[in-house]
Amino acid sequence: MKAKNQRLVLALLALAALVGAALLGMSALRDRASYFYSPSDALRDHVEPGRAVRLGGMVEKGSLRREADGVTIDFRVTDGAATVTARYTGIVPDLFREGSGVVAEGRFTAPGRFAADTILAKHDENYKPPELAGNGMHETGSLKK
Amino acid sequence: MIAEAGLAALWIAAALAALQAFLGLGALRSGGEQLLRAVRPVAVAQAVMTLTSFAALVWLFWRTDLSVKLVAEDSATTVPALYRIAGTWGNHEGSMLLWVTILAIAGAAVALLERRLPERTLAATIAAQGVIALGFFAFLLFSSNPFARLETAPAEGNGFNPLLQDPGLAFHPPTLYVGYVGLSVAFSFAVGALLTRDVGPAFAKAMRPWVLGAWVFLTLGITAGSYWAYYELGWGGWWFWDPTENASLMPWLAATALLHSVTVLATRDGLRAWTVMLAVVAFSMSMVGTFLVRSGILTSVHAFALDPRRGAFILVLLALYIGGALALFGARIATVAEGNRFDPVSREGALVVNNLLLSVILGLVLIGTLYPLAAESLTGEKLSVGPPYFNATAGPLALILVAVMAAGPVMRWRRDELAKVARRIAIPAVLTIVALALALLLAPGLHVLPLLGLALAAGVAAASVAPLWKRNLRRTPFFTWGMVVAHLGVAVSLAGMASESAFTKETLVAARPGETVTVGPYAVRFAAIDPLPSGNYTAVQATLIATRGAGAPIILQPQQRTFDNPPQTTSESAIATRWDGQLYTVVGEPVPGGRWQLRLWWKPFVTLIWAGGALIALGGALSLIGRSLPRRRAIVESSGYARFG
Repeated sequence: MKAKNQRLVLALLALAALVGAALLGMSALRDRASYFYSPSDALRDHVEPGRAVRLGGMVEKGSLRREADGVTIDFRVTDGAATVTARYTGIVPDLFREGSGVVAEGRFTAPGRFAADTILAKHDENYKPPELAGNGMHETGSLKK
Repeated sequence: MIAEAGLAALWIAAALAALQAFLGLGALRSGGEQLLRAVRPVAVAQAVMTLTSFAALVWLFWRTDLSVKLVAEDSATTVPALYRIAGTWGNHEGSMLLWVTILAIAGAAVALLERRLPERTLAATIAAQGVIALGFFAFLLFSSNPFARLETAPAEGNGFNPLLQDPGLAFHPPTLYVGYVGLSVAFSFAVGALLTRDVGPAFAKAMRPWVLGAWVFLTLGITAGSYWAYYELGWGGWWFWDPTENASLMPWLAATALLHSVTVLATRDGLRAWTVMLAVVAFSMSMVGTFLVRSGILTSVHAFALDPRRGAFILVLLALYIGGALALFGARIATVAEGNRFDPVSREGALVVNNLLLSVILGLVLIGTLYPLAAESLTGEKLSVGPPYFNATAGPLALILVAVMAAGPVMRWRRDELAKVARRIAIPAVLTIVALALALLLAPGLHVLPLLGLALAAGVAAASVAPLWKRNLRRTPFFTWGMVVAHLGVAVSLAGMASESAFTKETLVAARPGETVTVGPYAVRFAAIDPLPSGNYTAVQATLIATRGAGAPIILQPQQRTFDNPPQTTSESAIATRWDGQLYTVVGEPVPGGRWQLRLWWKPFVTLIWAGGALIALGGALSLIGRSLPRRRAIVESSGYARFG
């Protein structure tokens, strides 16, 4: 480079790259981060249908129903105050059961109706979705304190 | 007894680390030269004591000493032998002890092997290594003592997480840790060079093998971790942009940038400040990764610690080390003379673009990983950032990076001409366009990223071997081979990723035994389902017979395993590997009507992803050999050199 101060030019380039990364990142986050909703939040905030979100709560006891195809399930997610009906096609992760905590990724198709793409797996029986920690709605039964 | 001995060894090691830091820094003062003599043996002794402590913990796990709290919580007598040993680092305290052990060994390796650095810089480097170790010793001793006893030993332990009971996974953390912690050496070199203001080609040549070594292990660790997630989780994916995966990707991105800039510094004496900065950033990313994974703020299979004090402790360490190094950088870098200049169109110029792109990708991954934590702690809003964000931001940049990678190696140092460079990469460029046209014709409707990925992979594969063109292959140096193999690995891996995302076929059904299901080119007959008792779990095993055309049938036996201690179910996928892809099968739950859920994937050329990763690591290893050979000769020449002098 002919310029006298190549170091300055490189430093400016690096700065521009990092600022660019930050701007690109923040703008991408605005429409691609998926927000976490409990059933009450979701009904109150009127989440727009089609937007990728996470829904968390408890699988209501007695609500789990299996479709005739054997791989689609319907269940209700509740937080005690409100309830959302969710539908999922796939193999549910280990430890997904009625009365237990669940976090589902997907989108609302209509108010109160949720289509799950993924049901987040719990890695072991001690797992508690961070979003549910402290709500006291997680099934305990942990071996550790 | 063993536990107490292990704890004592840990305390002694911590004291030695303090002594090491003190001696190393003392040696920098005028008149402190004789302290230099003592620094090397102290670093070695520190490593020996740390290793003793780690060996003690392995022994306790091996013998399942249930009076030790950690063993009782994370192991049991019924756990198979391999996992009793791997259980040592399958928990928070043990894995931190492994981390410190590798850190101490790395410090000792520098003390024993490093002969290229000027003595003063070496003393400062070893001192920095001691300071880092000291912080993590404090962390272990004050908040994560692995040797704590229980007042009364339980009759049986809690067992070991079944998901981690896998031979591949037993060695995944140590491999990754060697990579993470190996970068501490680059960090200490940078701090050492800043303290003595001695940044130049000699420093870069000395640092390069350490960076290469750490990078090879990081690459292997990430590749192995990806394959583990792929076959063990049973979700059919190979990368989930999980924060813990990002925690290993970020140091790798920084180390990859460092690897390239250190070459500019070693060969052309350019990019001095930038290289030092990257060395600081690379290990900082390792520590950020450790913090993210170990602090318990993320919930995943890796997050063992749930104690917020531990998170705070690591956070303080992180702030001290990164902040300290950056402050030193700010204070000293202006006094480091500027290195050689170069033309924008040159090998250096291409490497600057490589570094900028890697830094931007690193920034994007870092933002995406930390954003949910920041948002929650600032606004209380809960959100997650997943593949849609990372694929949309890092994906296109990675493709541009790969394209630059094709041109860089055929450019000349210092100054080149665009027209000549264009001529040299004409064949790969034409290949890319042909591949693009073929993909558009034969497989219409592909998404943009897989489409470009496939096309670029073809061109880049050709471009990566271009540096060998018209060369005498037997006289081509190892490090050139290393570059060629590593770049070829990137092309191979990219081809695998693009093919997997473009051509995967998936079938999800509930089937009765005797029924036949198709997936991709395969007809899969669900032959039987049987119970299968075994060791510390009971399993249900499906037998699937897959045939393609007139080919020989393949038998696949995926399982559902139920462990009793701890009570947990895992699905074991069954995978058949063929030259052109993998047939991936998972059995789910029984459903009414005597049916079982089956999930089948045909993933064309998916294995290229990890084959490429292995090639990249092999390339790094070849370079490492190439860069170390001259040094070995130099040691022979100066064999009269006192070992601890």
